[in-house]
Amino acid sequence: MAEEKRTRPPRKKPERIPRQEMPVRLPEVRNKDFNEVALGFTPELALIEAKRCLQCPKHPCVDGCPVSVDIPGFIHLVSEGDFIGAAQKIKETNLLPSVCGRVCPQEEQCEQVCVVAKIDKPVAIGRLERFVADYEREQGAVELPKVAPSTGKKVAVVGSGPAGITVSYELLQAGHKVTIFEALHELGGVLVYGIPEFRLPKAIVAAEIETIKKLGAEIKLNMLIGKTRTIDALLDEDGFDAVFIGTGAGLPMFLNLPGENLNGISSANEFLTRVNLMKAYREEYTTPIKVGKKVAVIGAGNVAMDAARAAKRVGGDDVEVSIIYRRARDQMPARAEELHHAEEEGIIFNLLTNPIRFIGSENNAVTATECIKMELGEPDDSGRRRPIPIEGSEHTVETDTVIVALGTTPRKFISETTPDLKTSKWGTFLVDEETGKTSKKGVFAGGDIVTGSATVIKAMGAGRVAAIAINEYLAGL
Amino acid sequence: MYKIVKKQDLAPNITRFSVEAPEVARSRKPGQFVVIRAEETSERVPLTIVDSDPEKGTIDLIIQKAGFSTTRLVSFEVGDGFLDVLGPLGRPTDMEKYGTVVCVGGGVGTAVLYPIVKGLKEAGNEVITINGARNKELLILEEELGAVSDELIITTDDGSYGVKGFGSTVLQGLIDDKKNIDLVVAIGPTMMMKAVAEVTRPYKIHTIASLNAIMIDGTGMCGGCRVTVGDEVKFACVDGPEFDAHLVDFDEQIAKHHYYDKEQKCQMDLMIDKAEEERA
Ligand SMILES: Cc1cc2nc3c(=O)[nH]c(=O)nc-3n(C[C@H](O)[C@H](O)[C@H](O)COP(=O)(O)OP(=O)(O)OC[C@H]3O[C@@H](n4cnc5c(N)ncnc54)[C@H](O)[C@@H]3O)c2cc1C
Ligand code: SF4
Ligand code: FES
Repeated sequence: MAEEKRTRPPRKKPERIPRQEMPVRLPEVRNKDFNEVALGFTPELALIEAKRCLQCPKHPCVDGCPVSVDIPGFIHLVSEGDFIGAAQKIKETNLLPSVCGRVCPQEEQCEQVCVVAKIDKPVAIGRLERFVADYEREQGAVELPKVAPSTGKKVAVVGSGPAGITVSYELLQAGHKVTIFEALHELGGVLVYGIPEFRLPKAIVAAEIETIKKLGAEIKLNMLIGKTRTIDALLDEDGFDAVFIGTGAGLPMFLNLPGENLNGISSANEFLTRVNLMKAYREEYTTPIKVGKKVAVIGAGNVAMDAARAAKRVGGDDVEVSIIYRRARDQMPARAEELHHAEEEGIIFNLLTNPIRFIGSENNAVTATECIKMELGEPDDSGRRRPIPIEGSEHTVETDTVIVALGTTPRKFISETTPDLKTSKWGTFLVDEETGKTSKKGVFAGGDIVTGSATVIKAMGAGRVAAIAINEYLAGL
Repeated sequence: MYKIVKKQDLAPNITRFSVEAPEVARSRKPGQFVVIRAEETSERVPLTIVDSDPEKGTIDLIIQKAGFSTTRLVSFEVGDGFLDVLGPLGRPTDMEKYGTVVCVGGGVGTAVLYPIVKGLKEAGNEVITINGARNKELLILEEELGAVSDELIITTDDGSYGVKGFGSTVLQGLIDDKKNIDLVVAIGPTMMMKAVAEVTRPYKIHTIASLNAIMIDGTGMCGGCRVTVGDEVKFACVDGPEFDAHLVDFDEQIAKHHYYDKEQKCQMDLMIDKAEEERA
């Protein structure tokens, strides 16, 4: 043994393993259909990537994660080839790893603070997360969690986006009876009506929802709470002991510019709902969709990227799709990967440009967008340099389709019919952050309805927090 | 599944359905509507709730075969069910006591008008109803409207029944006869509502129109139902469907209705092709 050691070559610094690229479909192939763009790691790639993790005792990545996934823990299991164990480890705090691995802005969260990022590209935490979750599902290894004995308590969950799904899952496990009320004809919130198939396959969302159904949730679709039934009626007449509101921020904002109501101008919510929820891109579905030859998408967040890339796919090869954004490139709020993919697919970026009015034809259809060039001035309250119009730089851009992706705010069906629920001036619900408690007894809220449009993982985190508080509340009844 | 319990043809291409939708039946008020998705591949279609029976848990809808989707809806039979029925949506009509109200209905818009006439009468108003159609055959709800109106005037475009001409002309006649009118409600084809608004504008008679805007979700999520009212943009599904007819930009609404004409025609053609294939 000792001999052997002596004969070993002198210790060399190990060769650094580069961050593994995730296989994706070719841009010119994928921008013609709605199949998923990214193909995910292979087991081999995952094993190599997992070796890059230093297993830091202080693991800053965990603090960077809104739901504190045990990142070194799951990556260690990956490196040992225990992919299913790794998926289960993530699920201790994150119920939807196959979704989050695809849509979380990792570069602003776990990967931003990863120690490896100081000397190299960070560990590809998101891609590993996605890989193990897909592996577990594809192997049919997803196990139903244990459910506590029935408590006899009933909870109404309003809205079935990531926040509502998380709350339902946790409460069902705790032995409560859960009824989900959803306004649309499908469960999933933004995951089904907003984020397109090519980025988040609907079969994956459906599989997660299946779990909740198997755990015994009662599902009530086509129930717009505030219209079909009020929160008070749920509590006082229908016998619910508590209510969770996770209704998101669904109301699209417009620019309030002249000509904005012309034909051919829609919100990103409308365009994406036609495409995703109503499946207008499939011939057998009857919801119409229309994309001209010159599409302008206003905004540069994830929603704008999704709309632009969907428009390219619906419109075909000779359609020109541009993003119009008033700030500069490094200020675009979309996930880095989405920007990269959009650019690869031929989306044009018209930066430091702001629309000022829309020009229409005789039959009320948009034909051009008048824009003005912008330059960056002093930083504003958000710390970003403020865009200022450059005088005299007005110009018109030929446009026959405009998609406005400026963000969304909460709708008012519930706040208008539940006067004792306190809201901010933006219509978001005011809650205690530690518990999700609203101003009304027995009513909790979380997700975009509280924060305004944010992220999937933040909505899930809020759902988790609220579930703990609801459990406590029900125990005290 | 929302089961169809009754189906009745009212006129050529106009059908009345009673559909089981207990939650909607229990909370709906006159002026409100539902959004229906007939089957998995269907689009979402807004339809006014004509009447409801909270005890039986049913709502009544009147559907005119116009395009692809309505043709498909009308082909459903008793015992079948619509996949999705969401509602009640929109703001209910303000059922106050105004005094004398003239309700002008045209074509299938009469279906939308009926619950409003009924409600306004119950609220203690004197209600004069003008029920118009292209011809006698296409006239609907004559008996029902007669039962809830103080006066019912029938018009047909071709003079095959009642007064020959348009509802707006009859309304002008009432005004010329110095009838004191406190409110006008107009529901029907957009052109007809525009004409009524022009009749009442010079006299500053408060006039309400119920718009049949293009809708997708019907829940304020898409903005597809945008309508310019004065200098504001409103969502018809949330803020409407009723608006001040003197402020609505009707021309914009007409243009919006034609935006998907080509796509819808393609759907129609496909359906006809398919039907012919099946026959062959
Ligand atoms: C196109 C698009 C792309 C996005 N991309 C990303 C991304 O890449 N990464 C990311 O992290 N985040 C992304 N987001 C944001 C993310 O999707 C949201 O932050 C998240 O879904 C919020 O979850 P939620 O549960 O609060 O609400 P939602 O997902 O909005 O769900 C709310 C649900 O409640 C229902 N509802 C509303 N009102 C009522 C009512 N009165 N009664 C009954 N039901 C009601 C709605 O129909 C909906 O189903 C994107 C959003 C959009 C629109
Ligand atoms: S910070 Fe990076 S290297 Fe350290 S444990 Fe987390 S993922 Fe691994
Ligand atoms: S129909 Fe979508 S907002 Fe009115």
